[in-house]
Amino acid sequence: MIRIPALRFGKPYTSLEKATLVHHVTGEPVAEVSQVTGSMIARDLGSVARAHKELAAIPVRDLLAMYEKAADYFLNAALPCGDAELTFDQYVRNLSSTTGSPVVFCDRNARKVHYVLSHIEEVIGGLTRGLPLDALDAGYTTRGGRMQAFYPTTDVFGAVLPSNSPGVHSLWVPTIAFKIPLLVKPGREEPWTPYRVLQAFLKAGVPASALAFLPTDHAGAADILRLCGRSMAFGDDRTMAPYKSDHRVEIHGTGYSKFIFGEDQADQWEKHLDVMVEGIAANGGRACVNASAVWTPRNADAIAEGLAKRLAGAKARPWDDPACEVSAFANPSVAEAINNMIDEGLKEPGAVDVTQKLRGTPRLVKEGRVAWLLPTIVRCESPDHPLANKEFLFPYASVIEWPQQDVLKRIGYTLAATVLSDDPAFIADALACPTVERLNIGPLPTNRLTWDQPHEGNLFTHLYKQRALQHARTPAGV
Amino acid sequence: MKDTPGKPAPVTGSTLDERVKNARAALDAHIRETIRWHFSPDTGTPFWLEKAKTFDFNPLTDVSGWDDIKKFPFFEDDWLRGGPVRRWVPKGLADRGVYVFETGGTTGLPKSRIVIDDFKIDYEMMSDTLPDKYFPKGSNWLMLGPSGPRRLRLAIEHLAQYRGGICFAIDLDPRYVVKCIKERKISEANAYKQHCIDQAITVLAGGHDIKCMFTTPKLLAALDESLRAGKLEDKYRELKKPVPPGGLRSIKAAGITGIFSGGTEFTPQFTREAYEEMLDNGDVYMTPTYGNTLMGLACSKPIGPEDGFKISYYAPQPRAVIEVVDPKDYNQVVPYGGTGRVLLSTFTKEFFVPRFPERDEGEREPPFEKYPWDGVSGVRPFSELAGSTVVGVY
Repeated sequence: MIRIPALRFGKPYTSLEKATLVHHVTGEPVAEVSQVTGSMIARDLGSVARAHKELAAIPVRDLLAMYEKAADYFLNAALPCGDAELTFDQYVRNLSSTTGSPVVFCDRNARKVHYVLSHIEEVIGGLTRGLPLDALDAGYTTRGGRMQAFYPTTDVFGAVLPSNSPGVHSLWVPTIAFKIPLLVKPGREEPWTPYRVLQAFLKAGVPASALAFLPTDHAGAADILRLCGRSMAFGDDRTMAPYKSDHRVEIHGTGYSKFIFGEDQADQWEKHLDVMVEGIAANGGRACVNASAVWTPRNADAIAEGLAKRLAGAKARPWDDPACEVSAFANPSVAEAINNMIDEGLKEPGAVDVTQKLRGTPRLVKEGRVAWLLPTIVRCESPDHPLANKEFLFPYASVIEWPQQDVLKRIGYTLAATVLSDDPAFIADALACPTVERLNIGPLPTNRLTWDQPHEGNLFTHLYKQRALQHARTPAGV
Repeated sequence: MKDTPGKPAPVTGSTLDERVKNARAALDAHIRETIRWHFSPDTGTPFWLEKAKTFDFNPLTDVSGWDDIKKFPFFEDDWLRGGPVRRWVPKGLADRGVYVFETGGTTGLPKSRIVIDDFKIDYEMMSDTLPDKYFPKGSNWLMLGPSGPRRLRLAIEHLAQYRGGICFAIDLDPRYVVKCIKERKISEANAYKQHCIDQAITVLAGGHDIKCMFTTPKLLAALDESLRAGKLEDKYRELKKPVPPGGLRSIKAAGITGIFSGGTEFTPQFTREAYEEMLDNGDVYMTPTYGNTLMGLACSKPIGPEDGFKISYYAPQPRAVIEVVDPKDYNQVVPYGGTGRVLLSTFTKEFFVPRFPERDEGEREPPFEKYPWDGVSGVRPFSELAGSTVVGVY
């Protein structure tokens, strides 16, 4: 068993209170993770103003060079993991063993984290919309004769992280390049990726005083969100509700991502099946950018049938099978609860599980300690049906028929929308739609990222604010 | 200050076995005397005299010691909800002034317990365990804990007075905090906690030479956080007082030398954190206690890094007894080191509680030199009830 300590801005800390992580298949202990308390976090945050100054004093070019090294270490080095050392493959297997996400998904998503580390200049260019890097050293730059000045909004960035997929870690990885100390609170079952990224940073020369890995409970997580000047947190709508009006907290909740057909493409739906299947089911359908609905002005029955045919063949496979298409639930009661919610919803008239009909077997599969939910496509007659606007931790989508002229008013909050249309007027409406965050026009899956653009919030505008800056004179040192 | 009459004689014996034997004999004798008092028509407690009518044994003749306590039904705390409260005052003490202390009461009726001298005796016994080096006689105290109809407020004040000091207190209504938490008004609960800490900071800035303090784990951590954030220094500046060299950014720097603390939130990890990070590696002495209105006060074995900050509590026998029992059979004591539910019994002239199942569980600890009877360690909310327990600020 691996013993993973907390990292308290430079000091490893082995606590008397530990969380034991078990293999989702065998139930055997895999790791013991030291837990810290909210009061420890509060105490540790007392040192971050100094750590921020130290980090800010490092030229951004040097930091970017550290990212390059860290990227290499992350993928190719055996890095410390508590009292063990793990290669990339060992790390991926441990990650899969405690989260239930198949090895093949873990590997793919961990490589996204590597991508961000190794392409950090592209990523921060995307987040800052091409701001010259010297602005991060001096606090300002001039472009086209115009002053552009920024100031940091916090001495530390707190990341309260989930356990579902390592892909989300690509969101906080740029923090150090923005010269802000980083405090991560890992998800209970996923200490592996944050710990490995931090170890890669440390080996690459990032000051230990700027990095914290603080596993804690719900109360400790609330303390992080209370005490950090800026933070991000992952959680469902209910958990995140208290932070909805707190501008200091960037919320990553339910995505309600969608495909939206225009009139002009609704009859060509078969052409877009691949894109829709990827958007719904890639990586086991667990991300907030996975589509959970398809809206079309025509052919909803045929689209539902077409998607179901493509998805109904997916099987529950062992965690290390390279052909895995769905993730296991490390806690089978969660799978059972989701399954019950869908069955309850289907009791209300106006919705049909099209996949179940084709598959002929139940969507819930149980084996030993583990459970899976097989892909599910539900044809809903109305957007008001309880299953129409739902998102679950497995490949699930509703298919709804609704006129093009009203669809953008009805879809509600949408993290990622793919508009399948070439109609300039409809595209213009989509561009102006205030409830859509990420917009793809044309056949692109909802989960496809462009790293040179902000995505799911903008870390730079979260950590920095623009300010007016004037110099009466320009002394040599300024 | 003179001792309040009623303190038990110290246990004698030159070996642990002898001390265990003598402690048991003293317990049996004390129980016989207590039962006679509560069940005699002249001195007895109206509640118990009435209850005895339903017993199939005669407490006056059939109880000769600890083993016979099992003849009584388990004490039900619901008996303490609602009045008339006088039914709990023994006839033999009817001419004395009576306090009532309450527990619970956020919703519904609180449990009420009458007290005359018990809290004084309990805390005087506790005082004898405090090291004078850290709790200097004559020094003043801060009671940073619940006020209102609680035993603690008066008990800590008495402790301070017994040791020759004067006790400052704050206003703290724990029922309001529990209500906020139940209604998920977390920021309101935090604001109230800060309001309590602000009162403490004001007292500490007042120049009262406070060296000793009672507080709870959560309030200790909150006070530490405020001191580190410079709140006491800010208060000094506000009062136009010079901030002493070296600052006032820790509990030690604020002048506190000894802390007496309590609550089931006292985990070994919290104790370690407090010892290492709030109290300058033990420069400020802290002693955890486990107590409640029904029992009195159980003292802890000294805590520290040498035994992994393990906390073991021992009841003030013979006035109270702790048992750790099988949750499925309360008549079965678990083996030493085994986990079970905590059962409390109280035997004083003011209050008789036969075997009350507490809302806590823990591990059974063996007797040792200072406390030659069973103890309990690792006290935490009883797992079968934990979901329904709301822990507020204490």
